[in-house]
Amino acid sequence: MANGLDFGWLETGFRALLEGAGMTLWLTVCSTLLGLLISVLGAAARRGRIGWLRAAVGLYVESIRNTPFIVQLFFIYFGLPSVGMNLDPILAAVIAMTLNVGAYATEIVAAGLAAVGAGQREAAQALGLRPRIVFVKVVLPQALAVIFPALASQVVITMLDSAVVSQISVRELTMRANLIQSETFRPFETFLVAAALYLGLSVLLRRVLNFCARRYLGPGLS
Amino acid sequence: MIEFTLWDLLRNLLFAARWTLLLSAAAFIGGMIVGLAILFARISSRRGLRRVTYLYIEIFQGTPLLLLLFLIFFGLPQFGLRIEPWTAAALGLTIYASAYLAEIWRGGVESLPEGQWDAGASLGLTRWQELRLVILPQAFCITLGPTVGFLVQLIKATALASILGFEELVRTADALNNATFQPFRVYGLVALLYFAMCFPLTRCAKWLETRQARA
Repeated sequence: MANGLDFGWLETGFRALLEGAGMTLWLTVCSTLLGLLISVLGAAARRGRIGWLRAAVGLYVESIRNTPFIVQLFFIYFGLPSVGMNLDPILAAVIAMTLNVGAYATEIVAAGLAAVGAGQREAAQALGLRPRIVFVKVVLPQALAVIFPALASQVVITMLDSAVVSQISVRELTMRANLIQSETFRPFETFLVAAALYLGLSVLLRRVLNFCARRYLGPGLS
Repeated sequence: MIEFTLWDLLRNLLFAARWTLLLSAAAFIGGMIVGLAILFARISSRRGLRRVTYLYIEIFQGTPLLLLLFLIFFGLPQFGLRIEPWTAAALGLTIYASAYLAEIWRGGVESLPEGQWDAGASLGLTRWQELRLVILPQAFCITLGPTVGFLVQLIKATALASILGFEELVRTADALNNATFQPFRVYGLVALLYFAMCFPLTRCAKWLETRQARA
């Protein structure tokens, strides 16, 4: 085997890597949006007054946070078919990632809701707003502004964790890199380029999220 | 097909859990040692050192651990370095842990008021003495909760070593699943075992954090 690095395969392989990166991004966006929805509902339930619902959300959050992502993924992809639920790899990946984001973000959003003072809610109620409007229009936006940095890093972590879904043959960035290196026998260069692409994606995600935060969320509690 | 009772499955998995714990311990200890060195460079008075360690942390927090493991395990043999799954996993997880721990501890160092450094300097301490006697003990104390929290992340991250072929919990579960065709049961049990390892630590981290917040 020749010494030194050889990036000649990039000419044919780079396109496949970019397509993989697109898939990674797509998985991340889907699971982030769905996961955020779960987390807002979960956080509201966790701080709500219905006892069994609080307990159920707590159980969900703790069981996701205390088990590895890869085990959750295998449980969903290999385990669920044995009880009659067949999933294709991409759907299994999205479900596993969404459940993950949902659990971690529930904790974050709950902390944000706790940070918004009771006075805000009382003031909104005093104006005669209905409870749902108070939550959606007054409490939630302020909470989101506070927790934005934590949510943004959670999104980046989700994107990085998505490398694991290559193990159930979803054709995302890591899977593409794996396919290329098995043809070129140049694992070091291939994984290096893939890692650089992930690094670029995380910088990009962080930039876009910060931009959105400045544009839509305002300064938060200060 | 071999008949496996629930107890057979559990016994095999419990044996494999030893390796998960051992790998976690090795990576945590290694990560603390390397992380401490990174921390020193990250808060040093030399700009170049700060810059290099900033990049180190950015790179390893901005790329997937799985790719780091692949680079070590599949990439290094390309340069004639044969590496065992255990060594590759321990090395990769150590690097991963060092980047996160250094950043956690740096948060602790920076949260201390400037007066702590000034007080140390006015007692005639050298920078090294200030760090060792004044700054680090307080910084570690403040960040004890997040450090334990990261240990939970690390234990879960060892599951990726299964992909390199290291016989820890998940790898053993894959083998048991192939022998019994009972994925629901096998991966369910594995999840329970991880939960049993991680949940007490998560609780402990939370307790440490609330105690710190009150102090």
